[in-house]
Amino acid sequence: MSRLRPQQRKTLATRARVFVVVPLALLVGVLFRAQVLRSSDWLLQSEENRLRSLVVPAPRGIIRDRAGRVLADNIPGYSVAIVPDQPDSMLSTLRRLREHLVLSGERLEDVTRQIQGRPPRPVLVSVDAPFDAVAALEERRSGFPRLLIQSRPKRRYPARELGAHVLGYVGEINEAELESGDFEGAEPGWIVGRSGIEATYESMLQGKPGTRYVEVDARGRIVGPFGGVSGVAEEPGTDIDLNLDLDLMEWIHHIFPEGMKGSVVALDVETGGVLALYSAPSFDPNVFAGVVSRAEWSRLVNDSESPLYHRAVMGRYPPGSAWKLATAAIALELGVVAPGDRMSTPCQGSFVYGNRIARCWKPEGHGSLDLAGAIQHSCNVYFYQLGLRIGLERLLEFGNRMGFGDQCGIDLPREAGGNFPEGVGYWQRRYDYEPLEGEVLSLAIGQGPNDQTPLKMAQFLVAIARDGSAPAPTLYGGAPAREGWWLDIPPEHLASIREGIHRVTQPGGTAHLSSLEHFDLLGKTSTAESGGGRPAHAWFIGMAGLRGGPPEIVVVALVEFGGSGSEVAAPLVAKAADYYLRGVHGIPRDTIQTLREYLVVGRNTAWAAFRPAG
Amino acid sequence: MKARPAWFSEAGFTATILVLSLLGVAMIFSAGVLEVPSQITEGLWLRQGVFLGAGIVGLLVVSRLSPRMFEWVAMPAYVLSVGVLAVTLVVGSGTGTAEGVKSFLSIGGFRFQPAEAAKIATVLALALLLARREDPPRYLRDLLTPAALVVVPLALVLLQPDLGTALAFVGIFFAIIFWAGTPWPLVLFAASPGVALILAYSARVWSVYIVLLAIGLYLYRFRLYLVESVSVILGNVAAGAIAQPLWNSLAEYQRNRLLVFLDPGLDPRDAGWQLIQSKVAVGSGGLLGKGFTAGTQKRLAFIPEQHTDFIFSVLGEEFGFIGTVLLLALFGFLFLRMIRMAETARTPFAGMFIFGILGIWFTHVFINVGMTIGVVPITGIPLPFISYGGSFLLMSWLAAATVVAVANADP
Repeated sequence: MSRLRPQQRKTLATRARVFVVVPLALLVGVLFRAQVLRSSDWLLQSEENRLRSLVVPAPRGIIRDRAGRVLADNIPGYSVAIVPDQPDSMLSTLRRLREHLVLSGERLEDVTRQIQGRPPRPVLVSVDAPFDAVAALEERRSGFPRLLIQSRPKRRYPARELGAHVLGYVGEINEAELESGDFEGAEPGWIVGRSGIEATYESMLQGKPGTRYVEVDARGRIVGPFGGVSGVAEEPGTDIDLNLDLDLMEWIHHIFPEGMKGSVVALDVETGGVLALYSAPSFDPNVFAGVVSRAEWSRLVNDSESPLYHRAVMGRYPPGSAWKLATAAIALELGVVAPGDRMSTPCQGSFVYGNRIARCWKPEGHGSLDLAGAIQHSCNVYFYQLGLRIGLERLLEFGNRMGFGDQCGIDLPREAGGNFPEGVGYWQRRYDYEPLEGEVLSLAIGQGPNDQTPLKMAQFLVAIARDGSAPAPTLYGGAPAREGWWLDIPPEHLASIREGIHRVTQPGGTAHLSSLEHFDLLGKTSTAESGGGRPAHAWFIGMAGLRGGPPEIVVVALVEFGGSGSEVAAPLVAKAADYYLRGVHGIPRDTIQTLREYLVVGRNTAWAAFRPAG
Repeated sequence: MKARPAWFSEAGFTATILVLSLLGVAMIFSAGVLEVPSQITEGLWLRQGVFLGAGIVGLLVVSRLSPRMFEWVAMPAYVLSVGVLAVTLVVGSGTGTAEGVKSFLSIGGFRFQPAEAAKIATVLALALLLARREDPPRYLRDLLTPAALVVVPLALVLLQPDLGTALAFVGIFFAIIFWAGTPWPLVLFAASPGVALILAYSARVWSVYIVLLAIGLYLYRFRLYLVESVSVILGNVAAGAIAQPLWNSLAEYQRNRLLVFLDPGLDPRDAGWQLIQSKVAVGSGGLLGKGFTAGTQKRLAFIPEQHTDFIFSVLGEEFGFIGTVLLLALFGFLFLRMIRMAETARTPFAGMFIFGILGIWFTHVFINVGMTIGVVPITGIPLPFISYGGSFLLMSWLAAATVVAVANADP
């Protein structure tokens, strides 16, 4: 540097040092700010970068019957989801997914809409992917960087059609349900109970989903579990043991007339527990375990047989003569009749009230009857007069107090209440006329504006079978006993009603052929007009227990358009009760149960001789 | 013949670049340690090691060459490298570029190679040109030839387009004219059109700047020809005028890079991604870092180009503030050594040459580190001795060898 003077060179070198050191110091300052002062912010961001929380679905609680037989459990299934990214790349993943996964048009629309909403969490494409599709996708894992395949418990109903109405079914939570707030902590993709026990005890069965942290790379590929933050283990839902007896359900299904519609309800007299709740026709709830296609759904909904309809708790039918027991109970409670009383007008086939002639079903008449006899013969003329003694207003009042205008309060969703006038205003409101006292004639024999569910009739009969109190029927064995309503009738008066229905299965009674060898069967037939010229609905409401002992089980059978109650419904009740009680009392079961069957196969029927009630 | 080899007498200098290079190999090794193994980055540290070996051999050989020889080859080397640059432009033009930042790598060594050599050749030529002057440049016209010498390769590199390398040529020019003793107002006037180009984003700011420039020229009027003052003003006006068309002519990714520099959240998925992720990596390193090869941002491949242009983020994440300061201290020491070598050099050519190389390296270090932590826009420029890149490493070592060779030259 000969041309620069040494002093000048020194000045330049000093300046150069400043030019070099100052920018480097500036960088150090920026680094100090980022790495020391604000490090924790950036650290947090780097954790967020690489961590994704995954929701681990909890297996739903298992549902069992009273003997521990599984009614609903879980089997491994797989869900396929797309991890959030740019909507375009998510959609392209979705497009390629369709080569391996069959997706319905509506599902595709739904998923596409979710993706376009830039979701913060993985979008579920399928909550129930078939195993071979999952295997094919796993094989091509590297080609699907945004794919999230998780094992996910899937609901199974081993009892198939038998449990369908009671258990209900599950489905993926929908947007309306998500917004409703009914499902605490629910997130898209949750499987929730839609009907039956699955819906009633949703919060118990659901369990708590866990959280798992996984490490992802920049392309959203899951690298592996994250060691640093422990997730939250999922908590399986609570198991539920039902009062239901699956064996009994199977037996009822076996004996129920093929191709007929209707229902059978069996209640435990002591607890009000539901032993059987059968509705025909039924459906296989396993089709709801995954994602139900709209087509599958509409097939079930539009089926002319209405298999989804739970006839035992939703079907309302005119009770007919079976309701005469309610008339009798009301009269006894009011004290307007004593069991031994006979009506002033003996039955001669008809009854004249004002300018109206009301007929008995037996044209030649029943003559003079006491209460038990009137029940045994189902004498209309006796009950017309009993109704008049009660009076319309009181009949309605007591009928409502016994819950005939209401639900039983069974632990199932969407139970139908009975159709029963809430008071005399009913006629005014519905038909715009003052009801005449004569309306009571129809109501007293179970006709007129009165429709009841099989379950309601069974609950009523439980009150007759015990001390007059009728607890709410319950399916869940662990449910606290809930008080229903009660009849304020002395025990001996209740016994006289039972005496009446006991005679029904005695020699000379309409259901004698349904009587049983080992058990007392008490019951009331009813052949209720269905209208429209179709066959009547066949009812039998009955109770049974050891000979001479208290009733242990109440069974109600209703066969839609089944015709005669004594021929179609009574054998169903008898055989169901016999099957159950033989099991309870350790008597070997047999398919030959009723007197009619004994006679057909030629067995000894000495036991069927008349026996007064114990 | 001296008793000691040249590289030994500059032991501090050579030891520093050796430490830097070894650190680089280590960082490239770490950059290859990913959760999802990538065949692209896995064995790169070995290749870098091989090039380092070649660089060391190059240093041993080149540093023994006669200092005079560099002056002889300066002009032929310059002409040759500019020619190769031009040819590259034609041959390389057929190569399709990938989208975004990656386009820089896709052509790889082939595109970098001529530019790297051209940088050294330009330093040689410029150093020779200014060393031959009797006096320091006194007028702007004295800077015309040197500027032309730089503008030719710079323009060729810009056409590639490679903004980062082009900026290195700017660094060369200002470093050398600085050491040539050019008065500082002259340096500022020479730089003023570049400033005008940047300030043109706002007409108001640009107007204020032009007024200040005019005042500066007026105060300095006795040292300049009128035509020069007018040229400076015209140059600034022209720069302001072409700013908008130039902006429009940029590729979208280039524009986005500049925009996300101002606001990374503007496009967090694409252009802003790299900046955000590298800031997260460096920031999350904290004081002590996450440990060698343990950087999570790196392991999960959040930072594109983490073995090349963004290797500083790996270092920052894994060695923390201690590591980054140590690295900057090494570079600082290197640069101060070079200033000292230039100060004590006995030929004007040596000083100029050393400053030219200093200009390259300093530009690279400042822009590279700066862009990694969001102080300057992302321009795609490697960190000398650290970033992966065989030709760049080799050329840096050869430049170092030349520095050592000329530093001890007798007049």
